[in-house]
Amino acid sequence: MRLVLSFSAGGLFGLGLFLSGMTDTRKVQGWLDIFGNWDPTLAFVMGGAIIPMAIAWQLTRGRRPLVGGSFPTPPRQELDRRLVIGSVLFGMGWGLAGLCPGPAMASLSYGGTGGIVFMIAMAAGMIAAPPVVQRLDHTAAKA
Amino acid sequence: METDWIWGLIGGGLIGLGGAVFLLGNGRIMGASGILGGLLDGSGRSNTAERIAFIAGVVLIPMIAVVFTSAEAQTHLTPNLAVIVIAGLLVGLGTRIANGCTSGHGVCGISRLSWRGLIATIIYILAGAATLAVLRHVWSLI
Repeated sequence: MRLVLSFSAGGLFGLGLFLSGMTDTRKVQGWLDIFGNWDPTLAFVMGGAIIPMAIAWQLTRGRRPLVGGSFPTPPRQELDRRLVIGSVLFGMGWGLAGLCPGPAMASLSYGGTGGIVFMIAMAAGMIAAPPVVQRLDHTAAKA
Repeated sequence: METDWIWGLIGGGLIGLGGAVFLLGNGRIMGASGILGGLLDGSGRSNTAERIAFIAGVVLIPMIAVVFTSAEAQTHLTPNLAVIVIAGLLVGLGTRIANGCTSGHGVCGISRLSWRGLIATIIYILAGAATLAVLRHVWSLI
């Protein structure tokens, strides 16, 4: 059950990314390119996704997940260096190529060699992250 | 195209629906970078199968959908390999340091009124826009 739900969620996510045009780097870079031919599509995708998701968060109240266990705890509210530094690095990479982790996976079957190279580089970045995070936490604790 | 925003809304709705299934079904937040990253760095060992099943859905369903649609499936990714590698490294590193990407911080965070999710989203959009502005319009590199 847990795996069927996971696969379905992933399938809906991937199909949505494909149909919305978000695996097309021109559309993503078009949204970020405020000094060029600006493309607002991404805002519609974000809006379209946030609405069902907000309803889902409402439905978690007083309930338990279908497979049991518990829902995620309320989000932390404080901002830290990790959030800011990580988001800046991510945004730079996102602007450079027009791909983020979801669309990189969803387009793997039709993204050609470039898509596979991006995926390998992204995986390397993810594997390299924990020591960097440790260092950031360490220096933050000392300060 | 004029119909792009309609497909944006439809596709976005499906993305949100996927997130809703993952949350209400499995009690988990649908963040692409967290699901993949936890698999790669070993931090998600307790639910490896769940992560693999999710990623299988993300990769396989578009692969099948491409066959049934007339629309050309193209990423139009830059052919410049150096740019691809640098971008991939930054995206992988950044999303794991920030603990989330467009799906986790953007869709799942903002929809639960998470302050951190909103701030992260504003920062990566601004960083992306600034990167494009400089590299495309100032230096004409990409």
